[in-house]
Amino acid sequence: MKIVISNTSDLPLYQQIKDQIKDAILREELTQGDALPSIRSFANDLKVSVLTIRRVYEELEKEGFVTSQVGIGTFVSAGNLDLLRDSKRRLVEEKMQDIIHTAKSLSITKEELMEMMDILYEEE
Amino acid sequence: MNTILHPILEVHHLNKSYKDFALQDVSFSLPEGCITGFIGANGAGKTTTLHTLLGLTGADSGEIRFFGMDMREQAEEIKNRIGVVLDSNCFYEGLTLNQMKNIIAPAYSRWCEEDYQRYLRTFSLNPKQTIKTLSKGMRVKYALTLALSHKAEFLIMDEPTSGLDPLIRSQVLGILADYMENGGRGVFFSTHITSDLDKIADTLILIDDGKILFQEEKDVLLDSYRIVKGDVCWLTADTRPLFINVSETAFGFTALTRQAARVQAMMPEAVMERPHIEDIMLGVIGENVPAKERR
Repeated sequence: MKIVISNTSDLPLYQQIKDQIKDAILREELTQGDALPSIRSFANDLKVSVLTIRRVYEELEKEGFVTSQVGIGTFVSAGNLDLLRDSKRRLVEEKMQDIIHTAKSLSITKEELMEMMDILYEEE
Repeated sequence: MNTILHPILEVHHLNKSYKDFALQDVSFSLPEGCITGFIGANGAGKTTTLHTLLGLTGADSGEIRFFGMDMREQAEEIKNRIGVVLDSNCFYEGLTLNQMKNIIAPAYSRWCEEDYQRYLRTFSLNPKQTIKTLSKGMRVKYALTLALSHKAEFLIMDEPTSGLDPLIRSQVLGILADYMENGGRGVFFSTHITSDLDKIADTLILIDDGKILFQEEKDVLLDSYRIVKGDVCWLTADTRPLFINVSETAFGFTALTRQAARVQAMMPEAVMERPHIEDIMLGVIGENVPAKERR
């Protein structure tokens, strides 16, 4: 799993880390039952506070992406597939919003955009 | 997870007056599992606070609790469970490391010879060497070895990394990180080398002129400030109040802000960067200067 923390991002650290773990789960780099690193070693590796990692794990657990067992560790829980699919759609929707925003600012029409999308989608 | 972090050390309303300096109503609480950096300028009260916590100097008033126990009632039990590295570590200069160890070890009920030997090897210390021949760095390593060899659950250190070269400093920080791998422990250390804390601290306490200016999670603190860089002509009567510690040159200005969103709105082209602890420390102490001048 790759996690990159940006020093120029507006997003708070815990948010950046949380989003990237979620992405890894959505891309299935992390799958059901995979263990996440211990809070301390994760914090050391990323050079962030253990309290930040705690918060990340707590929020991921609340959102149903991981489960944690006291004294054992934190594990990916991909059980809730609807939730996952939903999140995947949302991920794409977010990117699309970016695209639409850029297209509008460059006065590219919806039709042109759809054409581009058709071509690129077939190329993949 | 979702368990409450128990405090390892609680300090309530600590006061200690000297002729020309006073700790004033010092209160803070350190959660378990965290490395806490204690920062402040020289003479701000870091060492006085640490000495008072350890009972080396008496407090005028206030309450100190380690592991939930009152320092006044259970000092012996508490000291058995904490490891201490002080700036002025008092060793008998003429003894060898092992001879000094033999004096100190019996004071601890849980002294662990194995740990002691292991840390000596980790730090490449020769147990037959005389203490007076140790370099500054080796002294710190030896003090740390003693502090870590009795199953201490909490480490208190005064400027452990000052005067050490970057290589040894990073080795010491590595040892602290390893030490914290076991749950339920804590580390509290004063330093003015804030870059060490950027790497390793979980929470920070800033003291200035005997008063605690803040206690905050490191990442929350770093998230709430931004360094802003931009053109001097953007600094107007409207924008200036958004900044702390503005420094201007012919080529532009650099400043610290707590209001990143508003700065962004008013100066859309400004460059924003995440600050280092040092930037925040200088800014916050700078703001506190008027209080100092009143004295």
